[in-house]
Amino acid sequence: MSQAEVKKVRHRMGKLERKNTLVAYSFLAPNFIGFAVFTLVPVICAVLLSLFEWNGGDISKLKFVGLENYATIFATKKVAEKGIEYFFNRVDLGIALKNTVYYTVVTVPLTIVCALALALLLNKIKGAVFFRTVFFFPYVSSMVAICVCWSFMLMKDGPINQIIMALGINFNKGWTADSTMAIWSIILVSVWRNMGYYMVLYLAALQGIPRELMEAATVDGANKWQQFLHVTLPQLKPTTFFVSVMMVISCFKIYDVVAIMTDGGPGRATKMLVTYIYDEAFVKVRYGQASAIAMILLIIVLAVTMIQFSSEKKFSND
Amino acid sequence: MEAAVHSREIRKDNPTLRKILRTVIWILLILLSAFTLIPFVWMVSSSLKLDREVFAFPMRWIPETFHWENYSLIWQRVPLVTYFKNTAFIAVVVTVLQTLTSSFAAYAFAKLSFRGRDALFLCYIGTIAVPWQAYMLPQFIMMRSMGLYDTLWAMVVLQAFSAFGVFLMRQFYRSIPSELCEAARLDGLSEYGIWARIMLPLSKAAIATLVIFTFVSTWNDYMGPMIYLTRDINKTVQVGLRRFIQENSSDYHLIMAASLCSLLPVSVVFLCLQRYFIEGIATSGLKG
Repeated sequence: MSQAEVKKVRHRMGKLERKNTLVAYSFLAPNFIGFAVFTLVPVICAVLLSLFEWNGGDISKLKFVGLENYATIFATKKVAEKGIEYFFNRVDLGIALKNTVYYTVVTVPLTIVCALALALLLNKIKGAVFFRTVFFFPYVSSMVAICVCWSFMLMKDGPINQIIMALGINFNKGWTADSTMAIWSIILVSVWRNMGYYMVLYLAALQGIPRELMEAATVDGANKWQQFLHVTLPQLKPTTFFVSVMMVISCFKIYDVVAIMTDGGPGRATKMLVTYIYDEAFVKVRYGQASAIAMILLIIVLAVTMIQFSSEKKFSND
Repeated sequence: MEAAVHSREIRKDNPTLRKILRTVIWILLILLSAFTLIPFVWMVSSSLKLDREVFAFPMRWIPETFHWENYSLIWQRVPLVTYFKNTAFIAVVVTVLQTLTSSFAAYAFAKLSFRGRDALFLCYIGTIAVPWQAYMLPQFIMMRSMGLYDTLWAMVVLQAFSAFGVFLMRQFYRSIPSELCEAARLDGLSEYGIWARIMLPLSKAAIATLVIFTFVSTWNDYMGPMIYLTRDINKTVQVGLRRFIQENSSDYHLIMAASLCSLLPVSVVFLCLQRYFIEGIATSGLKG
């Protein structure tokens, strides 16, 4: 091929590539424009907004304040004066963080245990599809309906307390109105609602365990319990890890159940991070502070995601 | 070793033991199902009682007389029809837009090569990790300045372009062999033709999953409508029901009847298509 011909071919290739790129962009455009305007831009703005003071109204009232919003939500001056305990017992952010972490730490293991137990029971049994549908059902049912139903059931004279009383335990307080039980009613509803979802993930994982492994264990004289402990559980490790990460993230984002059942109360007993953001943003209309709290949420969620990414490699090498 | 094999054979050949084990598991499962379904049963039972009967002691699971009139009462007391219409509108438009645009974009990400593809995809993936609650405020301020506050379209654009849909469809398209596209290209089909005539028909299962995911999450969405929709004529089932509850907090029987009505559409969709839903979760492992 002569030099000129090569040039020609190159030119044509370049043209083709440009044409291909144009075609690709035309495929992307409908989604990307919407995505950029309604997701990408707000994400960037969220970071910036946390450095400004703005109480709604005209955009000219936007005032740059640097890290002042963060100082306010952390109540740095008072905390420096009265110690860290003050932060977790008195400051809104501290209380919201404490409640959210408490909720997460209890809900995640509890849900995992329930989900795994259900999956083990359902594995290789007749009628599994029926039971699977039953356990999964709470997950798709409307939030408001089930939360209201649960909060009625957990009332002072509700059926749950009647059952507890019938068992001989003297307990007649309304769960959602009691400052120690309120968070437990939220945990209860969360576990009940989500266990079916994670059960499905565990069921898929159980079906993926190679049969030979189980058979080998039986041949070696392992009983059912030993089989579970030394074959099933290790094989489920990646799923458990994945499920925990997902659940921790969704726990930190909890809002619906709290908003409907307790509205953060009684007092601040069930105030969560997102409830706090909502209050600051849409009730008190303090946009800067709300964005600063939102950044705390963002940092926590991204940190958990990072842990997942770095550990995924480890698991795929195992 | 021999003994072990022997004992295993015994275990296998012991039909009574297996039967007992199976029965125990069955009973356990039935009990657990009952526990899972208690709230729904209680909901049905309370919705057929009088308000003073709901918390009567001792409680009755089956009402003395069935007050079916509760169900005709709520349609007069709550503008449920409007709520249903609004929610259905949002759910349908979001589902259609989401499915179309994301399968379109996913095709480009999975089967076309162009400059900046990986960077752009990383951008998409990155925002999946960002919780909506972290940027809902700037988004709200933007939408309000666009005049979308308190309109149903706000709810549509909020959910129609999610990165999750693109991700899900891309994963699926990558499992379709590229040779198929190559062959079609040689036969003179344009990229749009390949998308419409090869990829789309092949991805029915993935689309079904995405459709149900989108539909259920739009129907059950609470926080979005809570922030954006204030006038009663614009409310969705979730926030409308919530308003009714706040205004009539002691009409327990009516609240339960209305709650039950709000559950029905999504339950029907789920029960009909549950196979796609559950299997979709099992394969994608992602939350909707």
